[in-house]
Amino acid sequence: MSKPAIVVENMSMMFNLNKEKVDNLKEYFIKLVTRKLHFTEFWALQDINLTVNKGDRVGVLGFNGAGKSTLLKVISGVMKPTKGSVKTCGVIAPMLELGAGFDMNYSGKENIYLYGATMGYSRKYIEDRFDSIVEFSELKDFIDVPVKNYSSGMRARLGFAIASAVEPDILILDEVLSVGDAKFRKKSENKIKSMFDKGITVLFVSHSTDQVLSICNKAIILDHGKIIAQGSAQEVCAQYTEMVNSGKGK
Amino acid sequence: MKYLKNLYKYRNLMYEIIRKNIKLQYRDSVLGMFWTFLQPLLTTIILVIIFGNVFGKSNKEIVNYPIYLLCGRLLYEFYSQSTKRAMRSIRNSASVIKKVYVPKYIYPVANVLSNFVTFCISLSVLVCFIIFFVATGKNPPHITGYMFLAPVPIIILMILAVGVGLILSTLDVFFKDIDYLYEVFCLLLFYLTPIFYHLGSLHMTNKYFLTFIKANPLYSITEMFRCCVLYGRMFSINHLLYALGFSVASVLIGILLFYRKQDKFILHL
Repeated sequence: MSKPAIVVENMSMMFNLNKEKVDNLKEYFIKLVTRKLHFTEFWALQDINLTVNKGDRVGVLGFNGAGKSTLLKVISGVMKPTKGSVKTCGVIAPMLELGAGFDMNYSGKENIYLYGATMGYSRKYIEDRFDSIVEFSELKDFIDVPVKNYSSGMRARLGFAIASAVEPDILILDEVLSVGDAKFRKKSENKIKSMFDKGITVLFVSHSTDQVLSICNKAIILDHGKIIAQGSAQEVCAQYTEMVNSGKGK
Repeated sequence: MKYLKNLYKYRNLMYEIIRKNIKLQYRDSVLGMFWTFLQPLLTTIILVIIFGNVFGKSNKEIVNYPIYLLCGRLLYEFYSQSTKRAMRSIRNSASVIKKVYVPKYIYPVANVLSNFVTFCISLSVLVCFIIFFVATGKNPPHITGYMFLAPVPIIILMILAVGVGLILSTLDVFFKDIDYLYEVFCLLLFYLTPIFYHLGSLHMTNKYFLTFIKANPLYSITEMFRCCVLYGRMFSINHLLYALGFSVASVLIGILLFYRKQDKFILHL
């Protein structure tokens, strides 16, 4: 039962920060010849060890630039860690910025299938859930309209509806609950909570300790690429509030 | 084995992207899909009017100039369009690649394949041309059983397009200049491939230049294709081996390059 869903071992992520971005050949050669290619190493994440058991809901707290999004990207497989390893078990549905996989010229309906396929689901699978997706997103009247004409809230709603309908094993939420109006926010929070009963594992990034407390049972705090606190949601949230109040960290 | 399993899992994505490309290509245009038919027809008519008097004279060798030209143009158009689209595919899908894990090679490959579908539709123009000239009996193409070998050069061309597409899409992530360079290269390729002229009717004095043209795999592929549908004879084995070798080599280089560099894409998008 408590087979870990995510195991991160000694993971580090390094970026080359070049002072100016070189993206054409001419510049590259000029800089190469004149030896002006400077790279500064920047460790966005250092020596991260994290084990998330199946069914755990882990809140990730931290200030801007602490490495939260990078951590989620590495776990979801978008980035490869420079060092160490990441093992995940089961289907991951990333909701890092909802609606990233949409094609603007495509209608909402067509985008549902495209988005589903991006997450690795078949047409048939999405078809079975199509009605519930449309219903949940409250976009029934707009489903044949190209997504470019949607408002950002509508896009976010559609994205959330798809990602939550596919019943993933691991759900990655990157500040997604801060979009949409209060009513939809409440609805999606309830939706996520209803998924807990099925033993879903959640990684949740937020700046709001209230949201973390209401959703998560565990939490970590990231600061400058390191995990500085790890434990139950209550303890860690209390520590985070203290950090914010004392202005420490950043 | 792991890769095949991954490909199987994401075959739907491949299918959806192909579907999307085709559906979106002519969306909002009045004639829609009919353009895949109309566009090669109109451009071929223009080329025939312009070059027909100059290059269309040697009917003995090329049998029928409009069909000769159409064969070359269709194949060239497929090659250039699909490689150009594949080249930009990674950049264009940056928003997805940055957020969700997907096998990235799907994008260039799917773009070549969607162009392949439209290419197959546009082959109907060729069928119409052939029927027209056979019916009117004016320089009819030699229709023989070798016609059934026509898919061979087409498939080789597709392999070539996939390989070149993989190479270009990798390079394009790191250097956007490739976009413009390749545009120029494609124009050069259009003139270096015997599309509207016939190699035999050019009185080439420079031997090196001739070898240069013959080294172009598109030359071998179009010649093979014309042998099947126009000359009605078996294509030369040398052409087959050269084109096939070139295509397979480009795919191997493409896979190797793409595989080695794909983890760095995210840092440059």
